Amino acid sequence: MEEIWNGILRAVELIVTLNPEVMEITARSLFISFTAVFLAAIIDIPLGGLIELRKFRGKRALVDLIQTLYGLPTVTVGLLVFLLLSRSGPFGSLELLYTPTGMVIGQMILISPILIGLTISALRGVSPHIRDTAISLGADESQVIRTIIKEARFAVIAAVLIGFGRALSEVGVAMMIGGNIRDYTRVLTTSIALQTSMGNLETSMALGIILIGISMILNLSLSRFQGR
Amino acid sequence: MLSKGLLMQRNLRISMFLIALITVSAALSAADEGRLKIATTSSLYDTGLLESIVDQFIEKNDATVQIPSHGGTGIAIAAGQKGDVDLLIVHDKAREVNFIEEGDGLERRCFAYNYFYIVGPDDDPAGVSGLNASQAFKSIMESGLSNPNQVKFITRGDLSGTHSKEQSLWKAAGYDYSAVNTSGPWYVDAGSPMGATLIMANEKSAYTLTDMSTFMAYKGNLTLVPLIEGGDELLNVYSAIAINPEKHPGVNCQLANQFIDYLVSPECQEIIGTYGQEQYGKPLFFKGEGNCEVMGCSAEECVVPTQAGCAQA
Amino acid sequence: MAFLEIRNLRKSYGRAQILKEINLSVEKGEILGLIGPTGSGKSTLLRLIDLLEEPSRGAIILEGRAVSGRSEKERIAARRRMAMVFQKPVMFKSNVLDNVTFGLMVRGEGQAEEREEKARAALQAVGLSGYESRDANTLSGGEMQRIALARAIVLEPELLLLDEPTANLDPRSASAIDSLLQSLAGGRTAVILATHNMMQCRNLADKVAVLVEGRITALGESEAVLGQEERSATSGWKVPGFDLPW
Repeated sequence: MEEIWNGILRAVELIVTLNPEVMEITARSLFISFTAVFLAAIIDIPLGGLIELRKFRGKRALVDLIQTLYGLPTVTVGLLVFLLLSRSGPFGSLELLYTPTGMVIGQMILISPILIGLTISALRGVSPHIRDTAISLGADESQVIRTIIKEARFAVIAAVLIGFGRALSEVGVAMMIGGNIRDYTRVLTTSIALQTSMGNLETSMALGIILIGISMILNLSLSRFQGR
Repeated sequence: MLSKGLLMQRNLRISMFLIALITVSAALSAADEGRLKIATTSSLYDTGLLESIVDQFIEKNDATVQIPSHGGTGIAIAAGQKGDVDLLIVHDKAREVNFIEEGDGLERRCFAYNYFYIVGPDDDPAGVSGLNASQAFKSIMESGLSNPNQVKFITRGDLSGTHSKEQSLWKAAGYDYSAVNTSGPWYVDAGSPMGATLIMANEKSAYTLTDMSTFMAYKGNLTLVPLIEGGDELLNVYSAIAINPEKHPGVNCQLANQFIDYLVSPECQEIIGTYGQEQYGKPLFFKGEGNCEVMGCSAEECVVPTQAGCAQA
Repeated sequence: MAFLEIRNLRKSYGRAQILKEINLSVEKGEILGLIGPTGSGKSTLLRLIDLLEEPSRGAIILEGRAVSGRSEKERIAARRRMAMVFQKPVMFKSNVLDNVTFGLMVRGEGQAEEREEKARAALQAVGLSGYESRDANTLSGGEMQRIALARAIVLEPELLLLDEPTANLDPRSASAIDSLLQSLAGGRTAVILATHNMMQCRNLADKVAVLVEGRITALGESEAVLGQEERSATSGWKVPGFDLPW
């Protein structure tokens, strides 16, 4: 119990004194996860739109598969991407392993099922009459998709925030692809793992509290979007 | 339907049964007398040696043995300091001695040893082959500083037993660790466990310090080769320490001492000395018995049964 | 050659045959009234004409060229010559201006200012000037219906399809819309007006088709078809002068 209280105090201390190492790690966490979710959203939201709004065989099976992949274990994704990016793997020559870019790619893969699946759910929440109205007013397929995404925009933004949260607090991909290299690929989650293994429980707790704090801010924004 | 009276009777019986169930299970779990909790380091745990020893111990002693902590040395020691475990098995003499001095541990018993390896790319760009450990480190640093693209060193950076050994080697090589740590891109701080560090060294064709057993386990997947395999400087001694019941009442001191006594017994020493022979072609450990000088352990702490009793405060 | 021709049109959903052998035509500047009880297939017919769905049999022919059964690209081109107002219109989650300019935006027509100009004019025509920046989803049913109409007429369509366009309006607004529809048709627009309201039909329509259970049971000049009887019930049809076999 002492650790938790001391952890809170230490967290406050680290934040208030703007501890440079913690600031750097936090900034890196935010940057990597934000980039990942941004790039993923550009691909996944329209993709979700296409899947939901087109008719094709095996659509139901595809959506089921996507939803199953929501809970992909982060270490499994980490391992998969590692095998792809390793020197002995197909993309080894790109030298992306143990780099922040590699981490972005890994996190993009991790959160894509969530972004695609939740976009599909969001679009399903839009009245089918909207689609008819848009079509009858002359919209072509891509315009219809854009219109429906726009109608569901709050739910879609919520999906993006959820994806961001998942990317930010995952450790499997960050550890395996990033390698927790100091000053280069070390982020909040991998730091917590490291501090814990070193027995520095208060610092570990403090970092955890900072991470929770960021998640809380995210979730508050999320409620605002969902509430509307 | 049951009448109201019968219904109440039935409910009463069910309640009493549940209460009895809860009491019994509480009693069972409170009975820690037969349970031993060990904290150890991943490099030892991952070899499976401890589990083999534990299996034998359980047969002879009708006890429950659990190893809830097998991460870094740091977290093992932290668990001991909080009294969350009954026995510590680690490999960092300085911290072990400190642990006992602070009153957290009873006594130190060396029981096994092996060596660290310095591993690296087989073309050995820093030319360490044939040198001793500290000379090798010197060579790696110098080559790394002038040629960081060719020569790199990966450190675990996690205050583990291996990391402690690494730091002492830099010191022996004549460097201040904080200087090494920040001297340039050739020195990569991975903040990772041994396996992950080996994989990274493999990917980057870099040098690193590793314990023998983890390396043997990963060897099949690596192109790294051991360049320096022995010598005093790379000695890796494992010791067991029972947690002090005076400072941490409630720890199972009796069973901890029993386990240590088993560790130093000839039968167990034999298991230790031959472990891994079949799977790796050579044993992963050397028994402590008869090797006290090599291990640098005094007679009182080298492969002898426990002396300190379990008197509580 | 009629502007719009519907030839031998049939539509089934599984076993249910909603439309059986429809033959109709409309000219530019003509208002065709489509009258019939609930469930007779009026909305389905309009949806088929608007190419939201494909007929099971038969064809929709615009200016001599079949537009049903064609590629998506051609369907879109044909749809952009028409505009439809649904029975219970839905608004996009935005303000009124965005709703009304939607069709113009989608066609990429003109600059933002021009589109806004046209939208204002359309809103004025339906009696909702000044509504531009209001949230479209906070409007009353009647207001939404008029916005939907504005949304359609702003496109200056060649064919206007209306499904009960004044059902939710008070008599005053309804008659204002009726005048608007009349002036539209007087131009070059062909209009199909589906309605329950016999009076509206009689006042506006040049031609009337009576649709009962998916079949056209009467077709001709509105006076002749509707006769003297004022009946706006949605069930129990009896058209004077024509005895229905069922």
